[in-house]
Amino acid sequence: MPMHSPAMLQCLGCKHYQGFQQSQMAQWNRSGYFRSSGSRDVNPDLEAERQTASFSVERLTTILDGGADNTRTRRAVEAVIHSDPGFSRENQYFQSQNERYEEAVRKAVLLKEKMHQMGWTEDGPETKYCYRALGGDLAFNVHRVFKNSILALGTDEQIAKWIPLADEYHIIGTYAQTELGHGTFLRGLETTAVFDISTQEFTLNTPKISAMKWWPGDMGRSATHAVVFAQLYIKGKCYGLHAFILQIRSLRDHSPAPGVIVGDIGPKMNFEHIDNGYLMLQNINIPRENMLSRFSQVLPDGTYVKRGSDQINYLTMIVTRVQMLWNEVIPMLLKACTIAIRYSAVRRQSKLNPGDPEAKILEYQTQQQKLLPLLATAYAFHFMNAYVNEFYNKGYTEIKQGNFDSLPELHALTSGLKAIITDYCTGGAEVCLRACGGHGYSALSGLPFLYTKLPASCTYEGENTVLFLQTARFLVKCLATVHSGQPIPPSAAYLSSVDSGKCQAWTKMDFLKPDIYAEAYRHRATRLLGNAATKLQTLVQSGAEQYEAWNKCTVQLVQAAKAHCYYIVVKNFIDTVEKLRNEAEIQKIVKHLCDLFALHGIFSNTGDFLHDGYMSGDQMDMVTASYLDLLAVIRNDAVPLVDAFDFTDENLNSALGSYDGHVYQRLYEWAQKSPTNQQVSQAYASYLKPLFQSALSKL
Amino acid sequence: MNKDLRRERDSASFNPELLTHLLDGGAERTRRRREIEALVLNNPDFQHEDLNFLSRSQRYEEAIRKSALMVVKLREYGIADPDEIYWFKSSIHRGRPEPLDLHLGMFLPTLLTQATLEQQDRFFMPAWNLEIIGTYAQTEMGHGTHLRGLETTATYDPATQEFILNSPTVTSIKWWPGGLGKTSNHAIVLAQLYTQGQCKGLHAFIVPIRQLGTHDPLPGITVGDIGPKFGYDEMDNGYLKMDNFRIPRDNMLMKYAKVEPDGTYVKPLSDKLTYGTMVFIRSHIVGDSARSLSRACTIAIRYSSVRHQSELKPGEPEPQILDYQTQQYKLFPLLATAYAFHFVGAYMKQTYHRITGDINQGDLSELPELHALTAGLKAFTSWTANAGIEECRMACGGHGYSRCSGLPDIYVTFTPSCTYEGENTVMMLQTARFLIKSYTQVSSGQLVSGMVSYLNDLSGQHIQPQQVAARPTTVHINDPASLVEAYKLRASRLVEAAAKNLQAELNRRKSQEDAWNRTSVDLVRASEAHCHYVVVKLFTTQLSEINDAAVHAVMNNLCLLYALYGISKHTGDFLQAGILTDAQVTQVYQRVKELLAAIRPNAVALVDAFDFHDNHLGSVLGRYDGNIYENMFEWAKKSPLNKTEVHESFHKHLKPMQSKL
Repeated sequence: MPMHSPAMLQCLGCKHYQGFQQSQMAQWNRSGYFRSSGSRDVNPDLEAERQTASFSVERLTTILDGGADNTRTRRAVEAVIHSDPGFSRENQYFQSQNERYEEAVRKAVLLKEKMHQMGWTEDGPETKYCYRALGGDLAFNVHRVFKNSILALGTDEQIAKWIPLADEYHIIGTYAQTELGHGTFLRGLETTAVFDISTQEFTLNTPKISAMKWWPGDMGRSATHAVVFAQLYIKGKCYGLHAFILQIRSLRDHSPAPGVIVGDIGPKMNFEHIDNGYLMLQNINIPRENMLSRFSQVLPDGTYVKRGSDQINYLTMIVTRVQMLWNEVIPMLLKACTIAIRYSAVRRQSKLNPGDPEAKILEYQTQQQKLLPLLATAYAFHFMNAYVNEFYNKGYTEIKQGNFDSLPELHALTSGLKAIITDYCTGGAEVCLRACGGHGYSALSGLPFLYTKLPASCTYEGENTVLFLQTARFLVKCLATVHSGQPIPPSAAYLSSVDSGKCQAWTKMDFLKPDIYAEAYRHRATRLLGNAATKLQTLVQSGAEQYEAWNKCTVQLVQAAKAHCYYIVVKNFIDTVEKLRNEAEIQKIVKHLCDLFALHGIFSNTGDFLHDGYMSGDQMDMVTASYLDLLAVIRNDAVPLVDAFDFTDENLNSALGSYDGHVYQRLYEWAQKSPTNQQVSQAYASYLKPLFQSALSKL
Repeated sequence: MNKDLRRERDSASFNPELLTHLLDGGAERTRRRREIEALVLNNPDFQHEDLNFLSRSQRYEEAIRKSALMVVKLREYGIADPDEIYWFKSSIHRGRPEPLDLHLGMFLPTLLTQATLEQQDRFFMPAWNLEIIGTYAQTEMGHGTHLRGLETTATYDPATQEFILNSPTVTSIKWWPGGLGKTSNHAIVLAQLYTQGQCKGLHAFIVPIRQLGTHDPLPGITVGDIGPKFGYDEMDNGYLKMDNFRIPRDNMLMKYAKVEPDGTYVKPLSDKLTYGTMVFIRSHIVGDSARSLSRACTIAIRYSSVRHQSELKPGEPEPQILDYQTQQYKLFPLLATAYAFHFVGAYMKQTYHRITGDINQGDLSELPELHALTAGLKAFTSWTANAGIEECRMACGGHGYSRCSGLPDIYVTFTPSCTYEGENTVMMLQTARFLIKSYTQVSSGQLVSGMVSYLNDLSGQHIQPQQVAARPTTVHINDPASLVEAYKLRASRLVEAAAKNLQAELNRRKSQEDAWNRTSVDLVRASEAHCHYVVVKLFTTQLSEINDAAVHAVMNNLCLLYALYGISKHTGDFLQAGILTDAQVTQVYQRVKELLAAIRPNAVALVDAFDFHDNHLGSVLGRYDGNIYENMFEWAKKSPLNKTEVHESFHKHLKPMQSKL
């Protein structure tokens, strides 16, 4: 297993709580077109939605933030960031790759100054709100990964030497793991580090083109140093993957070090502000002290020493995934929902009843069915944060005491959740984009930016299919434990319970009972896992090799892992609703969302629940009826429910999603600032003019 | 050639060239297509830097340059057949949109169909010679689908015999027309006609928008580009605002409706004929779904056979990722879908041409069904292809995210077809309207014909799910014809369910419109099931037309995979209606996995048969020779960030900061 996290995330530069969120549009504020939330002049269609809210939006916001103090701090930080025109993102959608990169570097430097000036420290509560306010527009995210890897893998001396330099930006680091030909499978990495006893140096090489480091963020143009992962060789023997610090660019003129070939990997689907890079090493010699040696060391005589357990590193990987989900990925779904739902309350199209004015598109059942389950999903995922944190904190305490028992469960849980959450958020952002008709395709809607950014999260920090299979492997083991009668990890404990085999609902109202749908999800998860495990066992018993049997069952195993994760999310949503018992109004609407999330999942996968007769056709019709009823109920609170996410207009950076709902005016004003309207194109003079000339005489 | 790809090709069980002929519609057409593509490939003027490295303005300019040259060359080579023009154009623009699309695809045809002879004399030849470049300005910022809601006005002034055009509100600004932003000097503008104080509804007007000679906007005209989008970088989608802009009376397209000099309005005879154009364009989108998905599959499958990762068997070298069941499960159903959609596209084109013949002889009887079918299939195929392209990109791991894979480009170019020419949900509901109408007809004892004739089987039975369910066990999961029957039953069950729910809402005294809206989720499901049935049926029909045994065998597997995979994704529908038993569903899952293994040896040959030239594919990962890594490196070196060894931001930001801290 990896010494460090699977690799693309650091590459794309959105590691950690570096989930730098959106930034601002101060210039627009000055021009008066981009007013922040709370301004008076609001589109009457949106105003009407807000007046009929069934609950206090402000109260829900504080719950989502985890307390009123957090809301206050967040807003204070956002105010500071948004009031500095240096952080404006107004032109972001108009910029070239080069310009985006330069802006990201400039803003990273500016933020460092701003935090210093405000007295905010990197581990203070303000940091994550800075990132929320700023969006992904900052460079040096992988620089932090570079530091974290030294902190995790370095000796005390190594930490003392490198961290202060990195803290002060006297060096910029990157984290070079992924290679052109190798990603998920770390043992397959080909970069070599050969120890030479006579010189006491390691010689690093890229033996062939597929071994070139490829994707690391901050590497293409910025980094001066890199933590490089390479296969360690001593006296001709390979000791596996280890991490080495080396300098890749001059600290004087920033030119590549001798023997180093480094550059940018070219345009991507998004992340244009990050200089993902390539790195080729030709006989680079570094001193013996530059191998990160907390867990293994090479002595001067070439003796290889291993010490302690590096299992603690799994924890780093887990933290990375958790932070990326709640600081980067899930907020993007929340934003996409905010934009699409506000726009749907302002956009009018066609008539529902002859004689009426054109209806808000949010009135259409098909529009509700696209957006409201996503809104419920956004809440479901957001509420998972507390659950995962609790799990993590418990595990962390145990691990600190040297007890690693909970690690496999923590790993399986976060792997599966990472995969399911990134899958659904990516799919969801695209639904939002397409639910906004033509205007969704305009970059100025903000949705193309969210949509093109999200899918990267399905790949970095562990490719989703690979992660589902890791969860499945854990579950198959748990199932074996169930059969042997031993205790089972809590998140999989349900595998040992017995259900009646038949859904116990008799009316459509029964499907609004959490026990009923929780049981249905549990039944599905248990059944799918049981089937996959049985199949696996059958194949092995019939003589197939373990690996071959596993590959033949992977499609089923992925389905089982997904069903498990879905159950966990539904269960936690139910628990969250229960905990809101002192907030009657809020509990009511959140319960509706929970019901919708659960029933939508059944409605979209009817076969899973009908198979083996757990539900009957009649019961499925009840599910559908209840589900459709809920759409109409939640529709009434749809706008307040996205308002509660409390994104500023600068955060959203969207002509369609702003708080005041003046979408058309904003779209028109903003489009005129496009470079295509501001700069002269040669197209007319060179190609069109000659064609048009001859018409002059004839018309 | 990469040795993995060579081995894949050597071990194919059939000759891909034969399949290419099948897709093209004959060996001669394949030959001619390649001949036309060669005219582009061999002409250095059509070559250029990788568009991924250019800014939007540069991409627009490149596209205009090639388009202007394209028109010249089309005439020089005498290419006039619509298919041949399409081959030539898509080879030049490599499947991307271009600024003259609306001029060629909407402005000229509209002149032909809606202009009087005098108007054609004035406008057609200059437009044909590109002295006039026009666009078609219908959509407004606040109004799309609902045409009656458009706000632009054209008020007739008998005193001067002019129309006065106005964009009275921000929402009425014309928004999105391609070629409007920078290219066009004329536009056909759709506006509400007012004469003698009355609104006469939407009509089309030819409006000059830019000064000939200087290309500056005319006084009273505000025109520009709507800014960056999700793809379509080459296209100058534009806005147009008109303030008391006057045009002569005879700039209204008056082949059908007319305004006399004194302001008297003369009504058109019939407007059914405009169906034809829509059918044509939508059937083209079906073909486009097939082509775009084929390109994506070509890239993902070639890459998956070159890329090695992890280990299957301990101790063995890293296997091709195409050997993983999960990878096959992602890609092969999409490959089957790409083939299915090819056949659907071909069928629709044929049907269109056949029916057009009938229409010209005054027979409009088949038009409503065709119109309904194309609407649904346009939505069904574009939704599926759209999701499929994305799945292909994800299946390429990190490198799929790089633009060198070509997949982001295919995706952003294709996705808007889910929205333009009829938003997909609206399209599905149009098909549903036809299905419900047919169902009602059957319920009242009349028979229906065509693709919906299966509804006749429901007649007189008072249709209870159990009765439909009584037939199921005859489904043979290895027989495509039997699977067609299963899909047919599913469609009839869902149409019936939607119709009943609609009736139930009406019985609750909801208005027609309200009841429709409350049933629309069911209605969309019914339409999807209907379209799915049509696709399975057409794919199956195609099998009987394949003579070569080896090709037939591999296509039979693909057809089975398409049908069974579809069932496995919608097992609930088949179980609930009693079409399949639990045991059969389990068999379906199993059979899908067996088919993946059966298709695996032919996967590369199956995408080779799509016959995309590397130039058109635009992908380093999908190269025919499979030499991906060295070419990724070569590609990256040309990236704009690498233009200088040390980026200027080092001197501007990094260096000053380092000295400050």
